[in-house]
Amino acid sequence: MQTITLNGLTKVYGKEKIPAVNEVSFSVDQGELFGLIGPDGAGKTSIFRMLTTVLLPDGGGATVNGFDVVKDYRQIRSSVGYMPGKFSLYPDLSIEENLSFFATVFNTTIEENYHLIRDIYVQIEPFKKRRAGKLSGGMKQKLALCCALIHKPTVLFLDEPTTGVDPVSRKEFWEMLKRLKAQNITIVVSTPYMDEAALCDRIALMQDGKILSIDTPANIVSAYPDQLFAVKADRMYALLSAVARYDNTINSYAFGEYAHVSLPAALGQEAAGAALKNWLAQTGLEALEVFPTEPTIEDCFIKLTMDHLASAKN
Amino acid sequence: MTQFTTFIKKEFYHVLRDRKTLLILFGMPVVQILIFGFALTNEVKNSKIVIADEAKDEVSTAIIRKIEASRYFEIEKAVANRQQIETVFKEGKVKVALLFPANFSKDLLHQNKAQVQILADATDPNHATALTNYLSSILQDYQSELNENQAIPYRIVPETRMLYNPQLKGAHNFVPGVMALVLMLVCVMMTAISIVKEKETGTMEVLLVSPFKPVLVILSKAIPYLILSLVNVGSILLLSVFVLDLPINGSLPLLLAESTLFIITCLTLGIFISIKTASQQTAMLISLMGMLLPTMLFSGFMFPIENMPIPLQVISNIIPAKWYYLIVKDIMIKGLGFEAIWKETLILVGITLFLFAISLKSFKIRLA
Repeated sequence: MQTITLNGLTKVYGKEKIPAVNEVSFSVDQGELFGLIGPDGAGKTSIFRMLTTVLLPDGGGATVNGFDVVKDYRQIRSSVGYMPGKFSLYPDLSIEENLSFFATVFNTTIEENYHLIRDIYVQIEPFKKRRAGKLSGGMKQKLALCCALIHKPTVLFLDEPTTGVDPVSRKEFWEMLKRLKAQNITIVVSTPYMDEAALCDRIALMQDGKILSIDTPANIVSAYPDQLFAVKADRMYALLSAVARYDNTINSYAFGEYAHVSLPAALGQEAAGAALKNWLAQTGLEALEVFPTEPTIEDCFIKLTMDHLASAKN
Repeated sequence: MTQFTTFIKKEFYHVLRDRKTLLILFGMPVVQILIFGFALTNEVKNSKIVIADEAKDEVSTAIIRKIEASRYFEIEKAVANRQQIETVFKEGKVKVALLFPANFSKDLLHQNKAQVQILADATDPNHATALTNYLSSILQDYQSELNENQAIPYRIVPETRMLYNPQLKGAHNFVPGVMALVLMLVCVMMTAISIVKEKETGTMEVLLVSPFKPVLVILSKAIPYLILSLVNVGSILLLSVFVLDLPINGSLPLLLAESTLFIITCLTLGIFISIKTASQQTAMLISLMGMLLPTMLFSGFMFPIENMPIPLQVISNIIPAKWYYLIVKDIMIKGLGFEAIWKETLILVGITLFLFAISLKSFKIRLA
């Protein structure tokens, strides 16, 4: 069953009518953990706001739980949980007060749905008398998640819940999401971190208000059309400019301590790798390492973005 | 209903945990009353006077003693002659001088006529006029004592009575004014800021995506400030009765009821501002410039409205504080009942309903 459907959803801003969300259509199944992946300004937050009914679409439509986001906003508002990108709790209230306030606003109590938030809440419970404004980034996000969950929503919208959170807390946060998914809560989450994308059931890669690709992370990776090589040499900058000059290079970019170079699949893996190493050695680079590597979501995203930019130019 | 009470409770937490706001909320009315009561007064009291007595006879001494005895003047210096008066004026310490010429009592007794000179520093014309009037009346007083036994034909004796405020205390004028000012400030600015704060911190976004009706969000913001403002009304009244000796001549319940009405007017105004603005700074500036200044200028408490040009008089009619000021003066000072203020009350109710209607109309259930 589809919990969320978007049909040509569009949002434009300003006098110039610049589209922030450009005719986006997709659907999310019940109990799915769906990720919106894209850089800042891709239109993720605008989609969230339209789905949570706080922003009116300028074109197209969408439904959540079968309710229209424009007409039936009341029903949607009482059944979904929303955690905006910016920390949006009361900094001058304590953890406990924030939680019980949001519980009451949603006509429930902490006790009633404590089982839903227990895993998360036990981590911040020792500090429950502390004011929310004095919490660390990770604790703030955990509290915000508790507040969004306390009324047992059927759909959970999390807008960049891990931005500004340390790696350990990020990992914990995603483990919590997995557990919530097990409770049959549909979760839509956005993130600019590509490594988190692999943790979703399905992801939509976004750029400039458009969806570049929607599929499971595995399918997106396996759909990568080119041969990808990781390259390393003694001088990184010279290496990057050298691979960019190489005739067969489709895309090349720095990737951690390596440079990633994609070459046409038609060349054959071993031949292409040997040819690249040979060419790089001729440019005078030393300590060369060239080996084929499996593309990550980030590689796929870069590929799709490059294609998108190229097609936008034409 | 529990939602509503929880919301109000939360609002009280916000106010009570913010020390600075709390200080402004409850400190400001007290400070304003005390400042207006003791420091900012245009009453003539203990004004410094310099006296040049070139006569030094029994009449001039008697007059000087009379001046000394009055609570209006305090003799700063006695100088010998008129040249020295100028030096004293230049020092800027005194505002008025009195000069008795030589042969003062001789002239008075033999020619039945003597002259004194009053010199006043007229850089502040109102003050100078007031001082010379007080001095003249002391002189006149002495003169009538002299003439006590002689009947002067054809005398007009004006009998003046200062109604409602026989001692001419400034408090009668400013307490109602300060009440209007403080309520305007607390209700309009604080409500506007506290609602806009929710928009700014993003909590409004979360609250919108909840079953709680957005209109209730706003209303539950208004109630704590209504209560806090009533506390302020109480403290102002207590101060004015016990510290400034200003009795409440009319009915206290009526005064409190009218104050509640005015508070509600201000709250709707604050809500309207908060709906139209997006940041705390804008809300504050609009409340201060758009509300506080007109309240001071057009309520009639600092500048008499009757003396303004017609266009400004017309503008003053849309200032809620003007009507409240009139109401409070009528109840508190004149001791009048509802029949005297029903018109003003009706106007306030009208303004409130109008503001409420346009607030409701422009209220957004979404972000943009």
